[in-house]
Amino acid sequence: MRPLIVLFVVVTLALLGFGFYQGMYAAPTEQTMGDIQRIFYYHVPSAWTAFILFFVNFVASIWYLMKRRTTTDALALASAEVGVVFCTIVLITGPLWAKPVWGIWWTWDARLTTTLVLWLIYVSYLILRRFSDSQQTPTLAAALAIFGFLDVPIVYMSIRWWRTQHPQPVIGGAPGSGLDPSMKFALYSNFVAFMAMAALIMWFRYRLAVKEQRLEEEHRARTLRSQLREVR
Amino acid sequence: MTLLGLAATNLQKDLRLEWRSRDTLNALGFFALLVVVIFSFSFDPSAEESRRIAGGIFWVSFVFAALVALNQSWARELRNQVLDAYRVSGAPPASLFMGKAFGNFLFVALIEALVSPLFVIFYNLRAIGSLWMLAAVFLLGTWALVINGTFFAALCARTRSREMMLPLLLLPISLPAVLAMVEATTAILTGESSPGMWIKLLTGYDIVFTTASLLLFETVLNSE
Repeated sequence: MRPLIVLFVVVTLALLGFGFYQGMYAAPTEQTMGDIQRIFYYHVPSAWTAFILFFVNFVASIWYLMKRRTTTDALALASAEVGVVFCTIVLITGPLWAKPVWGIWWTWDARLTTTLVLWLIYVSYLILRRFSDSQQTPTLAAALAIFGFLDVPIVYMSIRWWRTQHPQPVIGGAPGSGLDPSMKFALYSNFVAFMAMAALIMWFRYRLAVKEQRLEEEHRARTLRSQLREVR
Repeated sequence: MTLLGLAATNLQKDLRLEWRSRDTLNALGFFALLVVVIFSFSFDPSAEESRRIAGGIFWVSFVFAALVALNQSWARELRNQVLDAYRVSGAPPASLFMGKAFGNFLFVALIEALVSPLFVIFYNLRAIGSLWMLAAVFLLGTWALVINGTFFAALCARTRSREMMLPLLLLPISLPAVLAMVEATTAILTGESSPGMWIKLLTGYDIVFTTASLLLFETVLNSE
């Protein structure tokens, strides 16, 4: 197992380096926004990675409620935690990019607001995990994860309606429409690099969670055994 | 006994207990009154302005007031191990949940009916849009708060520091519902736009989360 992980770490670092080169040097400079636009190569891949991880969390939560395997719960925990980290990167790089380009830090646009609400929901998920007893945590957290996932499309629709009713506060500088092929390549190579990085961190977090669960079980069994001995 | 019959029995029990003590209604009503007064101090708007902000202030007050009621709603069941007795009994957990949710809905709706006239007085409100629509928004909005609130209160009853947990879990999930309630109410009060879309959104939200709560309540009740 160990050489495989080392290989994976090396590959991930190489991918990140390649993505950095593509995004910072190889991709052409955007005409109106200039070099600031290059934050795009970190902002968008982080967003995609976060959304994929939250989806993994949703699937793992349902899977856990069906099969009740503790390893599935460890996967749910790892994907939620790493997802929150990437979602935080999105929420930090977004305003950093918006301020010089749009002139404002924040706008209540559908995608921004949905990402923020998604972040809030998964932070509340992590708080719930922290505040419940270890035996109940997986079930309660899985229930919340399903509620949160159901909420996301409703949030997206509601914000779209909300903002179509009011005038847009900014002139949309939406990229993604008619992207230069070299920009696309830089975007995708960064996406692959970020997914590899997320998978790597998630793997470590997953291993840690499984070990924690085993320790917890061992501890519980020991307490039970000593109690039994006292009874006898 | 059918599911609805059992739910009605549960509701009856809760209403009778509440009628004898009136704990929830007194606390909830007084809290809502306090919030209204505090908001009236903080904003001193003209009639035109107040029509624009009243929807927001109104629902924020009732979200907080509902939290007070919801936090208490499972306390009685926990104290005397009623929940454990319920798990042993053959009655479907969904009926217990429905009874609780209807009870909470009645309490919150009653307080809204009592406190709304105060809003009208303090803010000099007069709705330009249709009052029937406003009633629909109230019913759907209150149900949206209460259905998820009852579910998450049961979920939080199984955690440490449960009173603190409920707002932390309920508020993020309720964001689209709160937005819809506020926008619909403002649309009706100002008469500037149609609230139809928001009422549809609230209806969809209610259907989705009522179904989810009924399906997942048993899992939460039996989590151990």
